[in-house]
Amino acid sequence: MQLTKATPQKEDVSPTQSGKSRERLLNFLRNITSNPKITFGLGVVAFFLLVAIFAPLLTPYAPEARTVTGLHPAVAPSWSHPFGTTDTGEDMFSQVVYGARVTLAISSMAAIGSTLLQIIFGLSAAYFGGLVDDVLSLIINVFLVLPSLPLTIVLGALASSIAVNQNEFVIAFVLLFTSWSYGARVLRSQTLSVKARDFIDAARATGENPFRIIFAEILPNEIALVSSTFIGTFVYAIGAEVALEFLGLGNPAEASWGSILYWAQNNSALPAGQWWQFVPAGICLALFCGGLAFINFGIDEIANPRLRQSKAEKLTRKMIRLREGRRA
Amino acid sequence: MRHFLRRVGFYLVALWAAVSFNFIIPRLMPGDPTSVYIAKISQQGGKITPAVVRAIQAEFGVTPGVPIWQQYLSYLNAILHGQLGLSTSNGFEPVSMVLGQDLPWTIGLVGVSLIITAILGTLIGALMAWKRGSWYDTVVPPLVTFLSAIPYFWMALALVYVMGLGLGWFPTDQGYDVFSYQPGWDGGFILSVMQHAALPIITLVIGSLAGWVLTMRNTMISTLSEDYVLMAEAKGLPENQVMLRYAARNAVLPSITSFSISLGQVVGGALLTEIVFSYPGIGYALFNGIGQNDYALIEGCFLVIALAVLFANFLSDLVYALLDPRVRNGRG
Repeated sequence: MQLTKATPQKEDVSPTQSGKSRERLLNFLRNITSNPKITFGLGVVAFFLLVAIFAPLLTPYAPEARTVTGLHPAVAPSWSHPFGTTDTGEDMFSQVVYGARVTLAISSMAAIGSTLLQIIFGLSAAYFGGLVDDVLSLIINVFLVLPSLPLTIVLGALASSIAVNQNEFVIAFVLLFTSWSYGARVLRSQTLSVKARDFIDAARATGENPFRIIFAEILPNEIALVSSTFIGTFVYAIGAEVALEFLGLGNPAEASWGSILYWAQNNSALPAGQWWQFVPAGICLALFCGGLAFINFGIDEIANPRLRQSKAEKLTRKMIRLREGRRA
Repeated sequence: MRHFLRRVGFYLVALWAAVSFNFIIPRLMPGDPTSVYIAKISQQGGKITPAVVRAIQAEFGVTPGVPIWQQYLSYLNAILHGQLGLSTSNGFEPVSMVLGQDLPWTIGLVGVSLIITAILGTLIGALMAWKRGSWYDTVVPPLVTFLSAIPYFWMALALVYVMGLGLGWFPTDQGYDVFSYQPGWDGGFILSVMQHAALPIITLVIGSLAGWVLTMRNTMISTLSEDYVLMAEAKGLPENQVMLRYAARNAVLPSITSFSISLGQVVGGALLTEIVFSYPGIGYALFNGIGQNDYALIEGCFLVIALAVLFANFLSDLVYALLDPRVRNGRG
């Protein structure tokens, strides 16, 4: 508390709700832009999102158009086909750009749904406690120990056997179903500690509705954690989505990052030395997931100050090292 | 002891859930799995007599007229006796036999890569926290993050292309040289197995290293600011001793917890890696089962994987209780 810096402005005497939240938002933005890891990660993610949204404007061909015909439709990268073409002569650049649409749409849908489920399960388990907690925790822990990718593959095989795998929502739902448990457990333990604080007791004493307490009082205090579990879930969902498509359990007829790799594998692009059939999609995938991971690093550093190295600390360490060097 | 019993109870529930998923999933399919199965047999030239139909229905536990709960009970009974049905894609061999042949390959692959990753990752993480602020603490975390952001199967494809086909250092498919060797305890066979396992193991190690490095680094940084570390340094103990015996030893607990979670991921990663390398493990069996609509095999694979992961989780729980007295005393 800085008592000496009392300002005579009205807002400070009785801070309004909107003023507070505006300040919180500004603070949040300041944190984001001051952390180079978050800035870099957001840049990468934003780039791919823009590419996915504006796909039709960026590509000279339709993704499934056979642009090269003849005996050898798979041609190496050139000026007219910057990423080369597939085995059926489709332009790889258009495939990758349109593929970003499908892959990112499915996995972000799954990640958003999964995060909502995590919040509902994790927060209500911790807040209500007792029998509710026992039951919900049991469900969370069972899902946690079941191997998620194998379960995803089995469900994907089921979806493709009843021919609903062309439906993006079905794939998204499968991913949602297998990805929510870890985040729910993390949020539950955080909520247990938030719940013990005084302002929650106060809210409860005034007879506040439990759902309002959970979503309006507790949840805002866990935004950093929620965003980091959201990003973790997103990374998992993308990996699993691409894996499903790679196994041919998605919709192989539609260009996505996974189905590009599926066709590359099926047409033996590797032994034929056609590296361009699997390099672009893989690099894009790694860059996007890497960008997400960087955001998570940054959030970790903001939330856990011990991981953050202040400039003063860095300077001290440098001086110590210099002095030790002189002694040696 | 009470803690132990609670954990046993929990794993029994988890096991029951896995088994029940396996029961429910094929029954969500429209139509009758037995008719698909019978069509498949006659397609492959099998003779269909009423006795065969009854046998198959009994195998699936879907005898007409039997209520679903009774089907469920007989299914549980079959599972308890290790009967997982017949694999249509392997000449109607029992699924348990097929999986019995594949399981050692997967366990070997996942086990070896997990041990390598855990040791390597924990040491790198400890070293990075110790040498905090040096050049490799700034270079290594982004590097391992980027590497782990690459999906396992793509990493496998890239390794096949560069180190297998390009440089010709390692063989790129099968578990051993099937043309020159018979499985057995002779030197040539073992050498061949090791050569064939090299690329899959490199894939799994690179893909799962980041988690270990970062968990260890972050806890180690917290541990390093404890007073007893300062005390050890003040006593003038050798640097290695302070780093490994004082700080790392106390920071390693969260890594052991994450072992159980990472195990599930490594098994999942191994599935895809096996598929790329045509490695004769569970993952490849699963892949073949999917390709040929062999549902008994698909479910058997999932069940075995789930069992293995549950068992490993249970082991890591026990080890954790052994290492951390607070957990042992029932305050976990």
